[in-house]
Amino acid sequence: MASDIVLAEAGSAVSEHANGMPQLDFSTYPNQWFWLIIMLISLYLILSRIALPRIASVLGERQGAISHDIEQAEELKQKALEAEEVYTKALAEARAEAGRIVAEAKAEIQRDLDVAIAQADAEISAKSAESEAAIGEIRKGALKAVEAVAKETAGEIVNMILPGSGDAKAVNAAVAAKLKG
Amino acid sequence: MAVEEQAESAFNIFPMDQFVIRPLFGGDSMTWYTPTNMTLWMGVSLVLVILLLVIGTRGRAMVPTRIQSIAEIFYGFTYKMIEDINGKEGLKFFPHIMTLFTFLIFANVVGLVPYAFTTTSHAAITVFLALSVFLTITILGFVKNGAGFLKIFWISSAPLPLRPILAIIEVISYFVRPVSHSIRLMGNMMAGHAVIQVFAGFAGALGVFAIFPVVAIMAVYGLEVIVAIIQAYVFTILTCVYLNDALHPGH
Repeated sequence: MASDIVLAEAGSAVSEHANGMPQLDFSTYPNQWFWLIIMLISLYLILSRIALPRIASVLGERQGAISHDIEQAEELKQKALEAEEVYTKALAEARAEAGRIVAEAKAEIQRDLDVAIAQADAEISAKSAESEAAIGEIRKGALKAVEAVAKETAGEIVNMILPGSGDAKAVNAAVAAKLKG
Repeated sequence: MAVEEQAESAFNIFPMDQFVIRPLFGGDSMTWYTPTNMTLWMGVSLVLVILLLVIGTRGRAMVPTRIQSIAEIFYGFTYKMIEDINGKEGLKFFPHIMTLFTFLIFANVVGLVPYAFTTTSHAAITVFLALSVFLTITILGFVKNGAGFLKIFWISSAPLPLRPILAIIEVISYFVRPVSHSIRLMGNMMAGHAVIQVFAGFAGALGVFAIFPVVAIMAVYGLEVIVAIIQAYVFTILTCVYLNDALHPGH
């Protein structure tokens, strides 16, 4: 089958097909070189004048932006740390202040309380003295009443047992003597 | 077998036809300035380069668009390659190497478009590029280092008796560089395209069984895409390696 294949080399009679390797056709070399040089020069100019500086600047800008952002983030972090410190300090101060106020309030309340207790004590003692006086009076009254009742009761009893014996004075004296003893 | 007999006349395969240089606007005569099909496809790749690297980066966006992103990757890739191989001194040649790499990769890849012409499959082009690289590096080496450039042939890390022998080998390999540099690219570009053309010729003759050559073409085409990119990269990285001799002889 391979022998049936009409390869380009074999078909050299046909003019529009390649004879051997077109790469070795030296008559085309000046033409190829001419266009290649134009191609390379234009490519070089486009790259070195426009494309490469542009890409380099974009990459540089991006690098700059990234490092700038990182720097800024670092700065903000520092600020946040400082703010936290200030906050902690303020919190501690507020706590101390609150403690102080609480203590003050407690002291004041204690003072008021002491005053009130003292007043109440005084009132209570006055009241109890008054009451004691009243009780003493009542007791005295009661003793008198007991004496009177005793004398009367004794006179009555004497009269009932021994009617007409003894006079009221003797009875009274006897009762008084008994009560004292 | 009947199919084969019918197909006999259809086996007209001209795999080298795609490499013929013709005047673009007809006519038989071709002078040194006649626009040719090669001119057209070089122009196409130039336009594509402009679209990618100039129009694509027009926005100068801080957050890149897709095309700008590709352009930036392309830039960064080449930049890093030079920096890795040649160090900071090599970056002076960044625009030149970028030009070379851009030209090669676009010419190679554009050449894979059906009916397109592959600029880099021509010896004239690759020899011109390889010789330019060779001459530039040789001249640069002598200008920068004077006679010290010859140290690249005198391997000071080898034992003394071996050095003259190594020097001969080094000199030969130095002068073979442009040959291998250019033939490698041209051969790779030409061979794959010719193979695709041959398979395509089979496909035209096999009728239903054309499915086999078509599948083969797909496989070879995939391979060719890889080859196109890798050969552009290889040519460029070898240029950087050769440039390193001129920048740091004795290493």
